[in-house]
This record gives sequence, C-alpha cells and structure tokens, in this order.
Amino acid sequence: MKLDSKIPNGPLAEKWTNHKFNVKLVNPANKRKYNIIVVGTGLAGASAAASLAELGYNVQAFCFQDSPRRAHSIAAQGGINAAKNYQNDGDSVYRLFYDTIKGGDYRSREGNVYRLAQVSVNIIDQCVAQGVPFAREYGGLLANRSFGGAQVSRTFYARGQTGQQLLLGAYSALSRQVANGKVKLYPRTEMMDVVTIDGKAKGIVTRNLITGAIESHSGDAVLLCTGGYGNVFFLSTNAMGSNVTAAWRAHKKGAYFSNPCYTQIHPTCIPVSGDHQSKLTLMSESLRNDGRVWVPKTIPTAEKLRKKEIAPKDIKDEDRDYYLETKYPSFGNLVPRDVASRNAKYVCDEGRGVNETGEAVFLDFRDAILRDGEDAVRGKYGNLFDMYEKITGENPYKTPMKIYPAVHYTMGGLWVDYNLMTNVPGLYALGEANFSDHGANRLGASALMQGLADGYFVIPYTLGDYLASHPNGKISVDHPEFKKCEDEVKAKVQQLLTINGNKTVDHFHKKLGKIMWNYCGMARNAAGLTKAKEMIKELKKEFWSDVKVLGTGEELNLSLEKAHRVADFLELGELMVVDALHREESCGGHFRDEHQTPEGEALRDDENFAYVAAWEFAGEGKEEVLNKEELVFENVKLTQRSYK
Amino acid sequence: MNLTLKVWRQKNPSDKGGFKDYTLSGISSDMSFLEMLDVLNEDLSEKGDDPVHFDHDCREGICGMCSLYINGQPHGPTQTTTCQLHMRSFKDGDTITIEPWRASSFPIIKDLVVDRSSFDRIIQSGGYVSVNTGGVPDANEIPIPKIIADEAFDSATCIGCGACVAACKNASAMLFVSAKISQLALLPQGKVEKRGRAEKMVAQMDDEGFGACTNTGACSAECPKGIDLSNIARMNREYFAASLSTEEH
Repeated sequence: MKLDSKIPNGPLAEKWTNHKFNVKLVNPANKRKYNIIVVGTGLAGASAAASLAELGYNVQAFCFQDSPRRAHSIAAQGGINAAKNYQNDGDSVYRLFYDTIKGGDYRSREGNVYRLAQVSVNIIDQCVAQGVPFAREYGGLLANRSFGGAQVSRTFYARGQTGQQLLLGAYSALSRQVANGKVKLYPRTEMMDVVTIDGKAKGIVTRNLITGAIESHSGDAVLLCTGGYGNVFFLSTNAMGSNVTAAWRAHKKGAYFSNPCYTQIHPTCIPVSGDHQSKLTLMSESLRNDGRVWVPKTIPTAEKLRKKEIAPKDIKDEDRDYYLETKYPSFGNLVPRDVASRNAKYVCDEGRGVNETGEAVFLDFRDAILRDGEDAVRGKYGNLFDMYEKITGENPYKTPMKIYPAVHYTMGGLWVDYNLMTNVPGLYALGEANFSDHGANRLGASALMQGLADGYFVIPYTLGDYLASHPNGKISVDHPEFKKCEDEVKAKVQQLLTINGNKTVDHFHKKLGKIMWNYCGMARNAAGLTKAKEMIKELKKEFWSDVKVLGTGEELNLSLEKAHRVADFLELGELMVVDALHREESCGGHFRDEHQTPEGEALRDDENFAYVAAWEFAGEGKEEVLNKEELVFENVKLTQRSYK
Repeated sequence: MNLTLKVWRQKNPSDKGGFKDYTLSGISSDMSFLEMLDVLNEDLSEKGDDPVHFDHDCREGICGMCSLYINGQPHGPTQTTTCQLHMRSFKDGDTITIEPWRASSFPIIKDLVVDRSSFDRIIQSGGYVSVNTGGVPDANEIPIPKIIADEAFDSATCIGCGACVAACKNASAMLFVSAKISQLALLPQGKVEKRGRAEKMVAQMDDEGFGACTNTGACSAECPKGIDLSNIARMNREYFAASLSTEEH
C-alpha cells in the first residue's frame, strides 16, 4: 500500500493555514448528528473530547482509570514548550520547528513539526484561560525555563507538576461538556477491539472492568488517545496501567504501526533498588538546568563510594568527572535525552557508577545552592526534592541525587497522516499513541505540547474533513461485525481464564521486560536483537500455555486485565525487535552498536533510512510487512547532530 | 522484615466483607507499600487465591488513584500518598491493618477499591472556567501577581484521592471542593463565574451525601498534598457572598 502523508503543498509556513481553508467543514447543525468515540482521557484525549463536544459533536469518552483525571499525562513534571518568545531570547516558530526536527534526528515530517510549533503558542493561551496556574514572575507575567536540547527559554511550567495542571485543565473542559450532555464518560472501561465495517472504523468493543460486561459502542469515527507502550519494558516511568492494548488491537485490525523501536530512555530517573521494584520514578529533566552530572574520575574512587567507605562530598572537584560538561561544552548538562542517557551508561559500564548496583551517576546541586541559595533551589524544584527524599530516604539538599536512565516515552506508534488519521479510514491516533512529530527522539517538554496540539488544535479541523464526506449513518451495535468482534473478545477472555497454568502474569511481564531492556534498550546490536526475537517467541508460547489467570470474567479482575495487556506487549515486543533489527543505522533513541561515529555518537544513514517504517500486520504467526514512507526535507539540511 | 497484614476483603458491593490475616516475610525496607502488596498478591496468585484488589496507577504520588486506610490513617503514617509510603516507615514484626476508604459517598466495589465518581460529578457541576477552545486572549494579557498565582497553585495541587473524606468523621468533602473553588476564585479567569460555581458545587456535594464540616482539620492534616484549611474558609466566604448576591449567576 502506498502511504500518503497528505502533507499539503506550498511553503512550510503556509501549509497548515492553507490546509485549514481547504478542508471540508461540517455544518454546525449537522455536527450533532455525528458520534465520536474517544479512547483515553489524557492530554490528547481529554482535549480532543472537550473541543469536539464544544463544536457540537456527540462524544463518548473512555478510560480504564476510575476517573479521566488520572490518565498518566498527569505525571509529567517539567513543562510544556511554546514558541512565544516572551523572553526575547531569539525564539520563534521556526526555531522550535528546527530544534524539534534536529532533536528527533531528522526522522520526522517537516510539515507536522512546523504545525506543532505554530499551534504551540495557542496552547499556552488556552491553558491560561482555563485557569492553569503556570509559574509567574513578580511582574505578573509568565515565567519560562530552558530545557534539554534547547538554547532558549521556551518552557512554561507549573512547579514540577505541569502535566497535572494541564491535565486538570483539559479535564475541567471535559467535565464542562459532560455537564452539558455532549460527552458521555465511560470510566473503568477498557477498549478491547476496534470494529471496522467496509474497511472503515465504526466503533469499539469494550470490557467494563467492574462487571466484566463486553459491550459495543458505535460511532462515526474512533480516536485512539491511549498513550505510549513503555511498559513493554516492565520497568518504566509509565503508570502501572499504561498499556498498548488499544493501539495494538487497532494494528491487528489493519492500522500500521510505525517506528516501534524508537523508544526514549530518560536520563534522570531514580535508580533501581531491587528485584521487587514495580516502576521507576522520573526526576524531571529540568533538574539538569541547575544540577551537575558527574562520576568519580577513577574506578577505585567509585568502588570506595559503592562500598560507602567515602561520601560524595569527600571527593574533591579535581577528582570528579563532569563528563557532559567536558564532552559537550556548548550544551553541557542540557544535551538531549538520548545523549545524556547513553553517556551515563558508558561511565557506568566503565565501572564508575556510584551506587551499590553500579548503575547510577550523581546529579549534584551543591553549586546551585551555593550560587542561588537553598530557598531559590527549593522554589524551583521543591516537590521533586521531596519526592526523591521520600523514595530514597536521602536529602538532596545535603548530598547529590543519584540518577540512572529509564524507559520513559515511546516515539513510535500508530502511523497517521497529516490529519492524524491512520491508514484505516475513520480511525485516528493522537498524542503519544501516534508516531508523528518527534522522529527518533523527543525533546523535553514536547510531549505535553504534542498531546494538546493534537487534541485542541488539530483534530477539531481535520476530523471534519473526513466526516463531511461520510454522511452519518447511525450503525446499530447489532450489526454482525460488532457481534463477531464481541464474540472474539469473549473467546479471548475465556482462553486466558482456562489456561490455568503455573506462572503469574507478572512473571511473564518481568521476563519480557528484561529481554527488552538487555537487547532492545539503550544500545542494540544485530546479534542481541536476533537472540531477543527468538526469546520473545518462546516466552509468548510459554505464556499461552502456562499463564495463571485467576477469578472469573464477570467481576473486577486485575490479573485478567493485566493478562490481556501483557499478551499484547509480547506481540509488540517482537515487532520492536524486528524494527530495531531492520534499521541498520543509529538515530536518536535507536542506537545500534554497529553504527556510530568515531566519537561514539549515533551515525545515521540518510541515504537508506530516511523513511518512516510502517509495519503491517499480516496475520497471526506471520512476519509483519514493511511499508515505507519516505521523508522529504525541503527546508532543513540534514546534518550530523552535534551538541559539542 | 516480617509482617502480619489484616486486610479488608469484600467480594463485591453487596458482600458483607471482613478482615483476613496474612503473614509476609522477607520484606525489604526499600520497598514501597504497594510493592509490599504486590509481593502478597504474587504469593496469593501462586497459591491460587484471589489477589487483594486495590487501586493504584502512577505510583509517583500524583494521579490520586491509590487510597488505603492504613492503621487508622488515610495513606498511612506519613503525609504522602500510599504509593509513596515506603516500608522503612514500619518495623519488623508489625501488624498492619489495611482498609478501604470508609464513606457512603465512596461505595466499596471490591476489597480495597471504592467508587469515587462523586468527585467527578462535583467537578462537572462547576469546577471549570467556561471557555471554549480557541478565541482566548494572549496568555500574557492578564498579568497575575505571583503571590496570587502561587496561592492558586497550592489549591490546584489537589489530586482528588479522597483522603480528606476518609479522614473526616463526617465524611465531608469540603477540602476537596474548596480547593477547586479557591483555585478558580483566586484567578481573574475564574472570578467571572465564582458565585454560581460555589453554589453549584456545594449543592452537588450535598446531593452526593457527603457530611458536614465541623472544622476539626483532620482532612488537611491527612492530605498528601497538604491542601490548607484556609481553602474551606475561602469557600465559605464565596458561598456566603453568593447566597447574598442578587445578581444572576
């Protein structure tokens, strides 16, 4: 199938404006005749559901949590980028566009990214109007800070809880539409499948997580706003419930899955403390503005630290290796995430790690506290420091934080065109669930921007274009396709409940996570990936013959919920490995040992790999088929990314 | 460390429910409380017993999904969410009692899982600024004194977990409701609708069956985000002003 990105013609700066004029509109009186299904209520889902309902569409919004306010966007800490140039420091739409393209290692679409940068300014206006309490200066105007991968201050923030405040803003807009009767909420409801009729998405089948009821919902379009798949690694900074099920089942219904191997490992997380660990906690990247990353210069000193014979403060400045500042003088501690993560791995692999496991580096605030005072540091990062102390029992005002990279975000996702529509007509993917804007690496403070851009400012325009040419035909959920889909879902539930094997769901999830982390993590190579593929195949077989899922399907059943999700992670994991194996280059978060510059940086192969890999499901047990969307660069010149 | 857990087990809303004892050994003090429960659930699952159902999601103390009434305190002995409580707060040999939130407006679904949708309905009754997407002024057109913005932020930091209700002997939701009313009443964007908002949200809170406030302050003392009691005072002011006001709202 030929993939058409539908990027409008014309100069970059005019594409979106022209497109908005050229798309078809749905008459206001007709909008109320359309039903739109929105799955997921994070930043993308809540903002889309609210905005579409405001326009007059009828919206059904689904989430697996007990309330839409709990979607994992809420946990984003650092901030949201916007090209406001309030700081007069040289920012512009073009610069945000350029930074994002470059930060993504030239593996994203110019047209999409430029639009993202354009609407970024509207997002801030919108959120402020909703009452989002962004940080402000004494003069009463909005404050900004700088963030990894950028040399301007364009990040808006609400202490270390920006995601929470933005999500609560979107949730409030959503709640208003619930009160207006334009949105019907379905909390504690998990999407189990997409229903397509004549090749078009016409609804979904869900499981009510409380009663276990399998139900159908029909609609004129289905929007998947279901987040990323980082939990394929078991340990990640994602919420425990974050999963790929909605996106994966859509994939098996024909939607292409793009660039699954592009995963982001976040450099500043609290290190793993033991086997019991259930999740990893991120410390906002904004900490790198004032914290200095270092390890001891020599292995013997690091050994003494690990054995607790010396404390960090005992190590003199000349014996410390501030390796990011030395290696990257112009960006220093603010290099993009992939660069910071990989360098942490290198110094730890050399034996210079600073905690008991040897997998941690210091993030030190000593100099910032000396320079600005403890109060100033507390003002910026107080809640993060508190959180760190609660988890580790150490006080970061007194002793440096210990950090290590962890899986955080997934740039890959469902393939979508410029309108955010997948290759299945009527099926859309927004936010982290799609692959669209971050290329092979996402810059800090850009996830919130993209989720809200998609939901507030893109889909309200582009959805109408599809609907206008598809007269609403209210499809009954008694249609045979719905019944067939329900039966398949019920059969899968029964299958999981009747295996009655010996191993728990978590057992399989942890095993999969280890395979992914070891062979498809911060650095990958052909031998490891080939091995991982076989290991995952084996694990999948074992899962379907030996998993133990207790209870029944007609009740709240946490192990059944998890079993569905882990079953999908097993399949996705294999595709990630296949994708990583086929991409014989390094770019952004995808680092292949075989492809690096003499300095150890990612070495792209633009001639052969400047494309989006869009994988097509070919049937159970069959190899997925690779489709390519060539990336066209008309405005930026592809260069070796350098942050020296 | 070795522990004895007394856990509330209840099959469904109509089941009477009761405590069940479990013993756990080899718990590390570095584990979070929920990781300790994960260990219990892995044990139970391996034995073929139904795991203990509890709500949790982000495990970073921000989503508000986790709950648990631990040894008579919502979210346990430290002023944080249950997911941020670590086992170093307990001693070897301790007996830990774990119950769900107890409030008629939070009916029990199963074991430790309760239904908090009443909170969503309160927000739906008026916890927002009535602006549509698009057509809003530039973000810097409305300067807001830093001190006001910071105060609004302090109120906005509520995670909607319901600990305030669980802590209150009357199961009052005043702290939760007042936090939202305060945030929006403090900010110029929210001032436009502040009167109607206070009336509608308070009415919805009453409809949901939450109890009255007797100013004991247990809510704020147990709030994992430290939402201040002054929010309740501000809400009362807003509500009083609204009831005296003759203008339409």
